[in-house]
Amino acid sequence: MSNFFEKSDVSRKEAESIISDTLQKCDDGELYLENSKSESILLDDNKIKNSSYNSDLGFGFRAISDEVVAYSHSNEISKNSLKQSSENLKSTLKSVKGTYNHEIPKSNKKHYDNINPIEQKSLNEKIKILNDVNDYLRSKGDKVKQVTANFLGEQKSVEIIRSGGETLSDVRPLVRFNVSVMVEKDGRKETGVYGVGGRQSYDSYLKDENWKSVCDEALRIASVNLESKPAPAGEMKVVLGPGWPAILIHEAVGHGLEGDFNRKKTSAFHNLMGQKVASEGVTIIDDGTIDNRRGSLTIDDEGTPTERTVLIENGILKNFMQDRLNARLMKTRSTGSGRRENYRHIVLPRMRNTMMLSGKQTQEEMIKAVDKGIFAVSFGGGQVDITSGKFVFNCTEAYEIVNGKIGSPIKGATLIGDGPSILKEVSMVGNDMMMDPGIGTCGKAGQGVPVGVAQPSILINKMTVGGTKL
Amino acid sequence: MVKDQEFLETKASYCLSLAKKLGATDSSVIVKNSISETVNFRNKKLDESNRSDDLGLSITTYIGKKKSSISSSNLLNDNLNILIEKCIETTKNTPEDEFNSLPDRDLFAKEVKDLNLYDETHIENNQKIDYLKKLEAAASNDKKIVNTESSFTQNKSNFVLANSEGFCDGYKTSSFTASSVTVAKDEKSMERDYEYSSKCFLKDLDDADELGKLAASQTIRKLSPKKIGSEKIAIIFDKRIAKGVLSTFASAISSSAISRGTSFLKDKVNQKIFSDKINVFDKPDMLKGLGSRNFDSEGVKTDTLRLVDQGILKHYLIDTYNGKKLNLKSNGRCGGTSNLYFENGNISFKDLLNLNSKSLYITETIGHGSNIVTGDYSVGATGFLIENGEFKYPINEITIAGNFKDMFQNITLANDLEFKYATNSPTMLIEGMVVAGK
Repeated sequence: MSNFFEKSDVSRKEAESIISDTLQKCDDGELYLENSKSESILLDDNKIKNSSYNSDLGFGFRAISDEVVAYSHSNEISKNSLKQSSENLKSTLKSVKGTYNHEIPKSNKKHYDNINPIEQKSLNEKIKILNDVNDYLRSKGDKVKQVTANFLGEQKSVEIIRSGGETLSDVRPLVRFNVSVMVEKDGRKETGVYGVGGRQSYDSYLKDENWKSVCDEALRIASVNLESKPAPAGEMKVVLGPGWPAILIHEAVGHGLEGDFNRKKTSAFHNLMGQKVASEGVTIIDDGTIDNRRGSLTIDDEGTPTERTVLIENGILKNFMQDRLNARLMKTRSTGSGRRENYRHIVLPRMRNTMMLSGKQTQEEMIKAVDKGIFAVSFGGGQVDITSGKFVFNCTEAYEIVNGKIGSPIKGATLIGDGPSILKEVSMVGNDMMMDPGIGTCGKAGQGVPVGVAQPSILINKMTVGGTKL
Repeated sequence: MVKDQEFLETKASYCLSLAKKLGATDSSVIVKNSISETVNFRNKKLDESNRSDDLGLSITTYIGKKKSSISSSNLLNDNLNILIEKCIETTKNTPEDEFNSLPDRDLFAKEVKDLNLYDETHIENNQKIDYLKKLEAAASNDKKIVNTESSFTQNKSNFVLANSEGFCDGYKTSSFTASSVTVAKDEKSMERDYEYSSKCFLKDLDDADELGKLAASQTIRKLSPKKIGSEKIAIIFDKRIAKGVLSTFASAISSSAISRGTSFLKDKVNQKIFSDKINVFDKPDMLKGLGSRNFDSEGVKTDTLRLVDQGILKHYLIDTYNGKKLNLKSNGRCGGTSNLYFENGNISFKDLLNLNSKSLYITETIGHGSNIVTGDYSVGATGFLIENGEFKYPINEITIAGNFKDMFQNITLANDLEFKYATNSPTMLIEGMVVAGK
């Protein structure tokens, strides 16, 4: 646990009084303190290309009056700097007359251990694994032309001090291990990428040479792509595999159900609460409480304990994801979804682990039900225009389906659909829900936060596939 | 006030001498300070104010051919002592790489020209508010506009780059940025679009009224879009999308992608990769340029490069490490391009629209669909159908796809280049791409 005031010229008591003085008559606000330590060790092109360490310390001071947010951040935790920030907030919110909301729910549950993953494994051990990865993949044949592997580890300590001195804190470990491999055959090059991670030690993911299965998966994807032919262009049926393809859910409906866009009525979903937005049998939740998952948090970045929020239940839109600001303005409660990339950024309502729950059908039934379409297994990333509702995601491993059978692999292509209507096109929901491997980062308003997704296999009746073959 | 040169230099030389004392054979350090003040408006009212003061430092230490780096936002000497010690420890334990080194001494920038990148002017928040009021009034004039969000940011930065070879330089830069995002609605649809202006000098910033009007009109014209069928069709990229083609080109000729063999443009120097008339420049010394710089992030001098001459690729973008690997000299592109642009084509925007009886004008793409290993390209798109040179109706929920190797060979450029971003292109027509729709 960090003691943020230990080496500062401002004591905790003095800081508390500056906070209370600044926030009196504001509706909400807090001082957010953060100390993060992170490392990155990268093997690339047969060599350790980079070993770096980052130590970041700072605060963000926020005052909210009605709809207006004033924010100021700095790296220097000092009396001078806090006072300057306080003046800055006061000058924005000239005549405030709100009542500070002291209420904040409590929970004793923790969703990860207080560890520093960077210290738990020596640099030499990490370098050895990266070199082993390189040797292992390059021993798989001449077609392997390039191997990149890296460790990313972080420990982030946060403390939230509210008006009146109430203090909430959390220590968050996060690790990620990635492998990327490029293969070449007859002059054609393709890549495959795979990784694992979450809020535990590196060893929880890599023990018993588990790193080999990460390598195997990256190599498998790259090898499949070597044989791929041009993807089709046009509307067709799409079967999505379980797990990581759930970035469809994240893009298609997740962002559109974040509180800020709905308060501002700029989301395609803002007037659909209580209405049918998905086929029967489709239930989608956003859950910050699953132990050790990448998207999980013990408390969010406003201090609210996270929860399991039901967004869509059996096809009906039930809830938006809320931070404290948007919850207050929409007269509801925070769902523990207030997040920020770090102290440099304001809080926004964000996703945690977004999941579609299992149904009854099998993947085989879905494939059989398709005359002409594609089966998409692995994805690179996605994006959404929350206003028009149009979203895309890029598949990195996919196959054509012809007459109920899986055919040749096809080249990576972008799939595009309409968020508010796509889930009504879901005609089968599989019984095989799977979590992603723990590698997702979601971007919004220039802020990246770690998230997770999960889903079973699903069959979508109609989606536009952005290939080149007409 | 942003920290002055003296403060940054003192920190930098503290780090360099400590690293040396602890056993580094070489080291380099960057110390930066950046102060931004932003005011956001929504629906003609103040929505957010944000002040950020970022101070940071990163140091790379070498022991022979071993290398490691640290960065921190805590610049107290106590903390730096711990971190630099850690950095040296890590360096010792990191395997050697024969290509690790500081740049060759003769390549360091010698003179630092004043490129007019810093405006002393300070714009107070109430002046930003006046600008935004005017902007939002113009943006929300039409009843179809149901939401407006606008923003004004002033940024002042300063930095010093120093290394153990004696290089030590840096300079202040400023930027003033205004943007407006509007949402329009009709019975059938809701659409969003934006307009934006960013300049080094406040007085060069676009007029608030103009910016607001443009944001609104660009949004309203997108209402009630249609989806079209799948076909092969000529694509015209609006300037704001066309610059993305250049960015992909720049990633594909970066010396790291080339030396790793992960670019579709590997071994293509002196080969024709674009159509005949295409010339691409990267010009670092443009006055007030948004990408201008006196040296790259290693201190290497940067000359103007004619990257593509009459369709022929002439240079990669080379830094020290990858240069040594490729047996090429750094051309001062560590950290990427500066002011990168396609030279103007020789037909007007209007004539470009008329080149085909039917074409698709793209104003926005979504998704990360550029693969620089294979050159494959597939993204979601929004735009307009053009028939006989005229905008017919808006289009959405389509994808456009092709391969850059073919796309580059089929580019025709208009003569409407302007320097709005750091990377700029005239309006661009590409033949032979595939649209996927219904």
